[in-house]
Amino acid sequence: MERANYERLRWRCIRRALLELDITLTRFLDGGEFEKLSDDQQQAFVELADMEDYDLWDLLTGKAEIDDSRLAHMVALIRKS
Amino acid sequence: MSIPVLKFDAVIVGAGGAGLRSAIQLSEAGLKTAVLSKVFPTRSHTVAAQGGVAASLGNSEEDHWTWHMYDTVKGSDWLGDQDAIEFMCKKANEVVVELEHYGMPFDRTDDGKIYQRPFGGHMSNFGEKPVRRSCAAADRTGHAMLHAMYQRNVKANTQFFVEWMALDLIRDEEGHVLGVTAMEMETGQIVIFHARATIFATGGAGRIFYSSTNAFINTGDGLGMAARAGIPLEDMEFWQFHPTGVAGAGVLITEGVRGEGGILRNSSKERFMERYAPNAKDLASRDVVSRAMATEIKEGRGCGVNKDYVLLDITHLDPATIMKRLPGIHEIGLQFAGVDCLKEPLPVVPTCHYQMGGIPTHYSGRVVAPKNGDVNSVVPGFYAGGECACASVHGANRLGTNSLLDLLVFGKSAGDSAVEDLKAGRAHRELPKDVADKTLARISALDNRKGGANVHETRLAMQRTMQDHAGVFRFGDMLKQGVEKILEVEKAARQLEIKDKSMAWNTARTEALEMENLIEVAKATMISAEARKESRGAHVRDDAPDTAEFPNGRNDKEWLKHTLFSPVDNSISYKPVNMQPLTVEAVALKTRSY
Repeated sequence: MERANYERLRWRCIRRALLELDITLTRFLDGGEFEKLSDDQQQAFVELADMEDYDLWDLLTGKAEIDDSRLAHMVALIRKS
Repeated sequence: MSIPVLKFDAVIVGAGGAGLRSAIQLSEAGLKTAVLSKVFPTRSHTVAAQGGVAASLGNSEEDHWTWHMYDTVKGSDWLGDQDAIEFMCKKANEVVVELEHYGMPFDRTDDGKIYQRPFGGHMSNFGEKPVRRSCAAADRTGHAMLHAMYQRNVKANTQFFVEWMALDLIRDEEGHVLGVTAMEMETGQIVIFHARATIFATGGAGRIFYSSTNAFINTGDGLGMAARAGIPLEDMEFWQFHPTGVAGAGVLITEGVRGEGGILRNSSKERFMERYAPNAKDLASRDVVSRAMATEIKEGRGCGVNKDYVLLDITHLDPATIMKRLPGIHEIGLQFAGVDCLKEPLPVVPTCHYQMGGIPTHYSGRVVAPKNGDVNSVVPGFYAGGECACASVHGANRLGTNSLLDLLVFGKSAGDSAVEDLKAGRAHRELPKDVADKTLARISALDNRKGGANVHETRLAMQRTMQDHAGVFRFGDMLKQGVEKILEVEKAARQLEIKDKSMAWNTARTEALEMENLIEVAKATMISAEARKESRGAHVRDDAPDTAEFPNGRNDKEWLKHTLFSPVDNSISYKPVNMQPLTVEAVALKTRSY
């Protein structure tokens, strides 16, 4: 991912409405997990990051599930990080 | 260097609840209105407000705004201005019904009215018994509110500048406010927003503390800009804390954990609450538990390398009970403390939640500051609402559900006042010749400095200083040391260095600029807290204890007054509390007890 695109994504992850997401997504990005992802996986991460805060948080805490297997797999990776 | 100038009737900084509510008033009045936000509006921290919004609709049982006013004055420990509190409580029904008309999906009673539920501190008949006053949309009230107001703004043609950061307030020699300088994050371009009215709705600054429930975005940008423009900050010593946040993360752990049998322990594994509250123990009230935790930490019985937290132990409880009765706690422990709470205790610490002080405003939303002997002289062209402002309705402590009400009432009020002033003929004033010089100098210094201070380390030093020296329970000696320490941190904050010099999406630069705002708030808080030698509301000092002469440590003879911190010379002055409501009798002083 190009630097500017990555930095925009990072900003949208480190400045969320909910503290819980700030911490979780910052940890994933700054811990170097994102760089290890394939292009498809990075795209899945971007799609998750675009979600509303509560919807994403419900996925990350297992309160909700998502049918899309790409996104579900990415949720699992973020939870493990 | 030529800086682009964008001309608007009004510029609003911040697109949370207060900013969006202000913008509706201005845009619907036909005024050309810009709203600047660091994030997309529905990502503002208002989203995190779950409890509801207070209004004495009386849908579920009898209620009256005067009862709400009484509760708010009492909650404020009599530091709230009674004219502003009357204004807010009286306006509550109107702003809630408006919100309903904007499409807010409030919970409903069987007969279709807005459902109301009880909330701590809200009582009927002047403190007699709890009343159902909170209007909510499930547990997503703030979220639903932002969506409804954002849509309304889109309809009214409000112009949003998303992912823009306002940098400095523009004032001319006579003190009039003429807009802001701002940075577009995508390009790094600096732009002047030249406006006839400038409204700040930038939220709180809870990130000055090491442990905070506030999202990372709450960096006090409005307060920093106001301070740099020479405007004093009011009552900054008053911050609301919650006893149990995950140490280091700030994520809240519900009081239900102690209700189910959770025990607080110090570094010796001692159940220390037995010493502080022999009967209630771990179930004592929030303030008692918070003070006990702070005392254990101060006296060296905290845990961890820095001995700066205590432990919340539920390992003796049946795992099945924990998973059934406390859903989420296991996940929170794993995610934010790296602890399996079924096997190990959780690290917890009293955690900052809400800022009661802020930019001084009249209840009309107009910013006021001392000038020519008048402590409440209006700063022409400048308005503020929501958590960044101090009207003052929360005084020394805020009641739950009054924060969403504050941002609706004073967001609207600031918007209305701006419309009134503009329609009365306020024109665009000429921009000063050096309009963007200070902003450009700050950016240039960041880009060119070598051997300066690291942003992350400086922020951490500030947060630890604030947590250790001006936390939930305060000690005279610690506050004195805290002032010295925060002034040292300030020196570093004035010498920040960033490695990334790129223009587009330079988040390092943005975080450095946020840090320059945070330090203004931290300094104001520490110096104001050291100066106030009594206990009142959320400001509780070890050396101002509960005595017969001064119940709860409150000393009305000397301290029934608002603090004004002057950022120009770090000095403190005071102004009287307004004890005169607009139309009803004053709520007379008495000891605050529940």
